[in-house]
Amino acid sequence: MQGMMLNRAKELLSDGTVNRVLGWQAGEFVYDITPAVFETEEELDAGFVYNGFCGNNLSKYLVKETLKDGKILVFLKPCDTYSFNQLLTEHRIDREKICAIGIPCDGKTSGEMLKAKGISGITGISEDADNFVVDTIYGQTTVAKADALEERCKTCKSKKHVAYDELLGEDGEILDSHRFDMVAKLEAMTPDERFAFWREQLSKCIRCNACRNVCPACTCEQCVFDNPKSGIAQKAAADSFEENMFHIIRAFHVAGRCTDCGECSRVCPQNIPLHLLNRKFIKDINELYGDYQAGAEVGTRAPLTNYTQEDVEPSIVYHREGK
Amino acid sequence: MQKIGVFVCWCGSNIAQTVDVQAVSDALAKEPGVVYSTNYQYMCSEAGQNLIKDAVKEYGLTGVVICSCSPRMHEATFRKAVASVGLNPYMLEVANIREQCSWIHKDKEVGTEKAIILGRAAIAKVQLNAPLQAGESPVVKRALVIGGGIAGIQTALDIAEAGFEVDIVEKNPTIGGKMTQIDKTFPTLDCAACILTPKMVDCAQNEKIHIYSYSELKEVKGFVGNFSVKINKKARYVDENKCTGCGECTTKCPMKNVPNEFNLGMDNRRAIYIPFAQAVPKVATIDPNYCNMLKNGKCGLCAKVCGAGAIDYKQQDQVIEEKYGAIVVATGYNPIKLDKFDEFGYSLSKDVITSLEFERLTNAAGPTSGTLLRPSDGKHPHTIVFVQCVGSRDTSGCGKPYCSKICCMYTAKHAMLTREKYPDTDVYVFYIDVRSPGKNYDEFYRRAVEQYGVHYIKGMVGKVAPRADGKIMVQASDLLANEQLHIEADLVVLAAAIEPDKSARPLATMLTASMDTNDFFTEAHAKLRPVESPTAGIFLSGACQGPKDIPDTVSQASAAAAKVIGLLVKDKLTTNPCVAQSNELMCNGCSSCEKVCPYGAITYIDKEFRMPDRTTRIRRVASVNPAVCQGCGACTVACPSGAMDLKGFSNSQIMAEVDAICQMK
Amino acid sequence: MPNEVKAFKPKIVAFCCNWCSYAGADLAGTNRLAYPADVKIIRVPCSCRVNPMFILRAFQRGADGVILCGCHPGDCHYTTGNYYARRRMTLLFSMLDFLGIEKERTRVEWVSAAEGAKFAATMNDFVATVTALGENKRLEDLRCKE
Repeated sequence: MQGMMLNRAKELLSDGTVNRVLGWQAGEFVYDITPAVFETEEELDAGFVYNGFCGNNLSKYLVKETLKDGKILVFLKPCDTYSFNQLLTEHRIDREKICAIGIPCDGKTSGEMLKAKGISGITGISEDADNFVVDTIYGQTTVAKADALEERCKTCKSKKHVAYDELLGEDGEILDSHRFDMVAKLEAMTPDERFAFWREQLSKCIRCNACRNVCPACTCEQCVFDNPKSGIAQKAAADSFEENMFHIIRAFHVAGRCTDCGECSRVCPQNIPLHLLNRKFIKDINELYGDYQAGAEVGTRAPLTNYTQEDVEPSIVYHREGK
Repeated sequence: MQKIGVFVCWCGSNIAQTVDVQAVSDALAKEPGVVYSTNYQYMCSEAGQNLIKDAVKEYGLTGVVICSCSPRMHEATFRKAVASVGLNPYMLEVANIREQCSWIHKDKEVGTEKAIILGRAAIAKVQLNAPLQAGESPVVKRALVIGGGIAGIQTALDIAEAGFEVDIVEKNPTIGGKMTQIDKTFPTLDCAACILTPKMVDCAQNEKIHIYSYSELKEVKGFVGNFSVKINKKARYVDENKCTGCGECTTKCPMKNVPNEFNLGMDNRRAIYIPFAQAVPKVATIDPNYCNMLKNGKCGLCAKVCGAGAIDYKQQDQVIEEKYGAIVVATGYNPIKLDKFDEFGYSLSKDVITSLEFERLTNAAGPTSGTLLRPSDGKHPHTIVFVQCVGSRDTSGCGKPYCSKICCMYTAKHAMLTREKYPDTDVYVFYIDVRSPGKNYDEFYRRAVEQYGVHYIKGMVGKVAPRADGKIMVQASDLLANEQLHIEADLVVLAAAIEPDKSARPLATMLTASMDTNDFFTEAHAKLRPVESPTAGIFLSGACQGPKDIPDTVSQASAAAAKVIGLLVKDKLTTNPCVAQSNELMCNGCSSCEKVCPYGAITYIDKEFRMPDRTTRIRRVASVNPAVCQGCGACTVACPSGAMDLKGFSNSQIMAEVDAICQMK
Repeated sequence: MPNEVKAFKPKIVAFCCNWCSYAGADLAGTNRLAYPADVKIIRVPCSCRVNPMFILRAFQRGADGVILCGCHPGDCHYTTGNYYARRRMTLLFSMLDFLGIEKERTRVEWVSAAEGAKFAATMNDFVATVTALGENKRLEDLRCKE
């Protein structure tokens, strides 16, 4: 796949269709993948990669990139295409300046996941349908995807691209992912258990803002957490309240707009399952207002900017059973 | 820091009885920014107001807090007072220590403590108040009336009478609306045409009124006082200015079998036609769906016979742009389609007809020249069954949940007129309830029953089944006698429910005027503002707001006209200064705010920004039209970046109040 | 002197829309229908003006309960504001509950300008509920307590 992508990128660069390519490149280690913009074929040859570590959702970077002149090529995995559509819906990116190529994804892993499996000295990765084949300085190791996939990939919601100009490889289907199982499990707990769960999780928060910075729904010109006038501006997490407040507000700000791409949890250095907060909102929205998948189409009205006269009353929260 | 004055009112003993006003003014004097604090028996009295005015002048106050009765009571009074001495009226806040404190708490200590906290919250808010200026927007002295039925006609005539220009947009080739199809009107039995057509002529002759017939609204932009509207004038292939309405073409056109909508398809017209003799404007129209010349270029007969040379096969739709200060919606109603009601056999027999079709059958200008004859065989019917509430008060989903209001009365009229003209006819009326409130209405209905011998039967018709011999079997229950009835009828007349015209829904979207679930326009207040839409500058006339008979329609039409005139006589409108405002530097242009705005006050502009690196960049940002914004604040919460804020109720002001209330010591 | 245990008095913030609920509160006053002084009302133009941040802010600063009152659905002065408020608050309350924060500390109630009695009854009930829950410990900011 990397070869196909590289060839197509070079073609489109050389025929002038695009003047830049947004893709991935490795950092100091092969598993340290960062998004990168390539402007020449030489740069592509030198740095462009696509492999099992390339989890980054590139759609957010288009916000800044499409303000520049010229057209940019972007590679989008199925889940990234939802963010892409959502950004289009919110007029955050300029479709005219983008050439979007859909690429297949069979789930991603990370250096951290592999290290946890006892694999070290990683120098490369390839994959087949069920396994990652990891090259290390000690030789080649095979690890089953089922064991090494990122959490979000285990509950992948869609292998189908909802937006693209062209597609490399086969398009997939929308999956029945059971992605709300963990939310449902938490809902079934008592409030005290839930409080304990979230206290334990959220108290790990160091307010590094990585979740916000990577989130494709967080593209505000100025984030409320950075605005001294908002009343909730940036502060180090001094006590339990700060963490609660930050994460509730962040989840609320993206409610109905979050496509559940899972970047927040992927980048959290403290491994807080932040996506569960977003999924709680998505699950509530689906249950209370009808199924809604942000980014499935361009131009849809987000559930929080919509209503019906028959909507449930907030008191439903008190009446839901079991808790 | 503001220089704030605090004025605590005793309200006689209303406040002073359970609140230690001296303690309140003493405590609030210590709050940051407070330079003067006092209390007085009646702050709203002239002496009290002078106390405030003097203090503003003497201490150079920049903010004022009044601790008194509800701001709903006297906020305007106090704002006016401070404005008279040069302080911006929006630099004043009222702490409600009467309704929300002294009147509900009996313990003086508790009341005093709460009053102090409420005062602190108001002070905290005033610290962040900014002077606001009520804006002004000019008023275009011209009104638009959408719909040329009796509602639109009456509204237009009344507005023109007051001296303002008014345009009527009517989608049909003639104005007049439903009333032109009606034979006689209850409860006086005047001939509808006799009272309507003079008004139509008045419209045509009035210099202030311009009629755009055969035209529809295409686009509405702008806001109260300043709407700009695009009207699509459909091609009628006849030059309106040349056509004399002689009607020669309508007798020569070879296309004779076009269903005549004026008679509800019960007879035919030609492809070129004038809807009826008294049409206004009396101008022919070519129906492009039937005209041979327009369809395949063969014929041209009408052009040959037209002495005025008015026929123009090349005519195109024309878009007219005009500006208006006010828009009146008068789109009216239609009877519902009855195909879903199999039990009434409407589509099974020509002799099952709607009440409006019955009107045409009894009208001298109708297909039978006013003789009541069965549509199927042209014979005189001897037994007629009227069925009321067909699709009205129907919660099954087939029909409409509401009462159509006019059916009881017109059915009584039909029954009475039939009995009068054809005394040998048996007339049955099936009803759920007879609703006849209205001046002389109940008397009218009773006359039908008592003097004319109409058989009124309380009960619903279960089945209407046409028989091979031409009779129609009506099976019904008589609820009072508790028995099943089987009537052999010659004619069955269904009082179909009425619904808003189909053009109303897209129009509402264009106007950002709200509608109810039945697609009737909603009024600003059901009781106190019945002819205004909640959207400023949009007024409602006639059945577009709810089912109405002619007297109600005309009253409401004149009421709407009065409201329009009240708006148009103003040269300028003052606007509420507490409106939303977008901080362009923070706006993402994401359109969330626009989606929740009920008034369409938010638009987006592409704006150029200078970046710190001296480059420029064009971003889409929200822009609030302060003349349209009503200040609800929905957008402020929808905005993810906090760029949208509400003047007078800003995020920081509300949070300052929250803080003051929560941080009680 | 022995330390006297002071009875717990909750801090309650009530956001009331200007057109219905604030007027309903005024009517409660006019009719002298008592409810505890723990309730302090903040006037907002519409229930849709209330940002979830305001509610969290109130808890942060030590409020024990926050209630939002607006026009009945369908009666909004601005025609649709309370519909948006209803969705926002439903999701917010559900999220608070999901985090294990006592859901009874938040409430939405529709109170018309004619419902003074309902306003007073609602406040009495809400204060009783929050008093029974005791002090808000799960969402407060200790630094705001000085």
